[in-house]
Amino acid sequence: MTQIKPTQPGPAGAPFPAAWGPDGAREKLARMLLIRAFEEKAEELFALGRVHGTMHLSIGQEATAVGAASALRRGDYLLNHHRGHGHCLAWFDSDVDAMMAEFMGKETGYCRGRGGSMHIANVDANNLGANGIVAGGVPIAVGVGLSIKLRQTGQVCLVGFGDGAANEGAFHESLNMASIWDLPVIYLCENNQYAMSMPVSKAFNIERISDRAAAYGLPGVTVDGNDLVAVYTAVAEAAARARAGQGPTLIEAQTYRWRGHSKSDKQAYRTRDEVKEWQQRDPIVRFAAALGLSDGELEALRAEAQARIAQAVAFAEASPEPAVASIAEGVYA
Amino acid sequence: MPDRVPALENLAVEPPAGTREITYVEAVREALRQALAVDRRVFLIGEDIGVYGGAFGATAGLLQDFGEERVIDTPISEAGIAGACIGAALTGMRPVGEIQFMDFVTLSMEQLVLQAAKIRFMFGGKASVPMVLRMPGGSGTGAAAQHSESLENWFVHVPGLKVVMPSTPYDVKGLLLASILDDNPVIFVEHKLLYKTKGPVPEAMYTVPLGRARVAREGRDLTIVATSLMVNRALEAAARLAQDGIEAEVVDPRTLNPLDDAALVASVKKTGRALVVHEAVKTGGFGGEVVSRIVESEAFDYLEAPVRRLAGLDIPIPYNRNLEYHAVPQADTIAAEARKLARGEV
Repeated sequence: MTQIKPTQPGPAGAPFPAAWGPDGAREKLARMLLIRAFEEKAEELFALGRVHGTMHLSIGQEATAVGAASALRRGDYLLNHHRGHGHCLAWFDSDVDAMMAEFMGKETGYCRGRGGSMHIANVDANNLGANGIVAGGVPIAVGVGLSIKLRQTGQVCLVGFGDGAANEGAFHESLNMASIWDLPVIYLCENNQYAMSMPVSKAFNIERISDRAAAYGLPGVTVDGNDLVAVYTAVAEAAARARAGQGPTLIEAQTYRWRGHSKSDKQAYRTRDEVKEWQQRDPIVRFAAALGLSDGELEALRAEAQARIAQAVAFAEASPEPAVASIAEGVYA
Repeated sequence: MPDRVPALENLAVEPPAGTREITYVEAVREALRQALAVDRRVFLIGEDIGVYGGAFGATAGLLQDFGEERVIDTPISEAGIAGACIGAALTGMRPVGEIQFMDFVTLSMEQLVLQAAKIRFMFGGKASVPMVLRMPGGSGTGAAAQHSESLENWFVHVPGLKVVMPSTPYDVKGLLLASILDDNPVIFVEHKLLYKTKGPVPEAMYTVPLGRARVAREGRDLTIVATSLMVNRALEAAARLAQDGIEAEVVDPRTLNPLDDAALVASVKKTGRALVVHEAVKTGGFGGEVVSRIVESEAFDYLEAPVRRLAGLDIPIPYNRNLEYHAVPQADTIAAEARKLARGEV
């Protein structure tokens, strides 16, 4: 059986696109740190029993979320997956207070506490939501793409999903439809090596998930998902194609989830050494090094992110619970 | 493109039917044509709806008039069709999808049940999914078990979806336009055997509001609540019963969700007896819901006999013509059941 080949870190090029400038590049680092701090706090809140339900942490995958959003424009659309805190926080006009409040089930949350971790959306910013169903958002991207094409607005739709979703039937229907109609959709497959416990080495008989693009007549590219600039560059190219009416692209961003699938995962399917090896490729440390930051500077930025998250927790904790009398609101328009 | 199109608003509500007669499928097509003509947000998407005109001809000629961008033929991808409708609806369009046979909606279920129905609620009421998914259900064409399903009650069981099931050319036009205007996902169930039935239909656009039942025939002795094709069969049965001096009232809910409880209750209070008829299999069918709404209401005190259900047998639809005939209620079986109920024999 052919096995998915892991990417290796690429050669060091320019640390970041010149257009960002040093401040812009630092902002992207700060955004990754904010995501990391959000999720570490989320984990802590669970451990303390202060949050109800489950969660799927993307710790270790921050470069994919921030790299992708950095390559797009305000007004573009996002369809997100269940491990989607990072994409939400990386997206335009994101509000970390509303994120944390939603995570904690409060009325002030993005979804008034009805959605929670798996369904965070910011519809006003065209963030059309995270999704609890593997590949659930992938067919919806066809409709968003069609709508953009019919309305002739020049927007694009970024749809994020995992390696597991690439084995759902809906994935194939969606890529084919977007391809035959040249829809402005960017398929971003975040290959974090496991669909819950199923490793990509056992779930695919191909070398790259991006190889599947050829079957539908669209370009497929695999990048190091822990390299913010590599993700940015691939998504920027895909967006340019999409805006030029040249149709969709499949991007496979290879990355790794440091934590278990969800809070109950004993991780019997992988070794500690494997996790440690991937932790050496921490996208935050790598990008900080590329920017020439000292350890002290990085730690100062980290502390800033943690302080912001502490404020968000305070906001969420001070926020009201949804009123029981409002329980049926929003079922129908 | 304007966000709101006045032409599709302020339509007449249930205007007089007039004298022009067209078929049910022509009424579907007329509603689609008129919606496409006045509202740039509306587009059609489905399998073989373009050159072929739809498996039952509902979209015949629309491709020629509105072009490939707005009458979109798809590959055989039912999850993709549903997803395409959801994504477009979320971003300002008013898609009308077609599932070629209702049976095939099984391939769209995740998108409809877990996405379309729940997006608004999960997002705290901040998004809406104004889409219509049309699909012909029902048996009677010899198409056997995988092309004859009546699955409407699956959708009734999903909060967030509306379920519409018109039985006349007049209703199908008005309900389809109302469904396109509705800000919620609507499952729009047509019936293959109704497509060729004729009736009076106004030429201008109009709506039949979702959630309003129709008394198809007035009567004092018993109420027959029937859906879709079964309304016609119930009316035929009622005509036979009238010859025996039994006057049946036939009530067509027209939309299963929202359901016009008040109309059902009022009729049963008047007649004191109720028979619920549908084509879908009896167990877990819509009839159970109708019976519950009746017996939970003040109509209970007016009942003179147990409420009865007559529905499809709990079997897949058989191919053989005679077996197929006997799998679902017919005018004669409805009449027989109603007669027993009216005479106090059950």
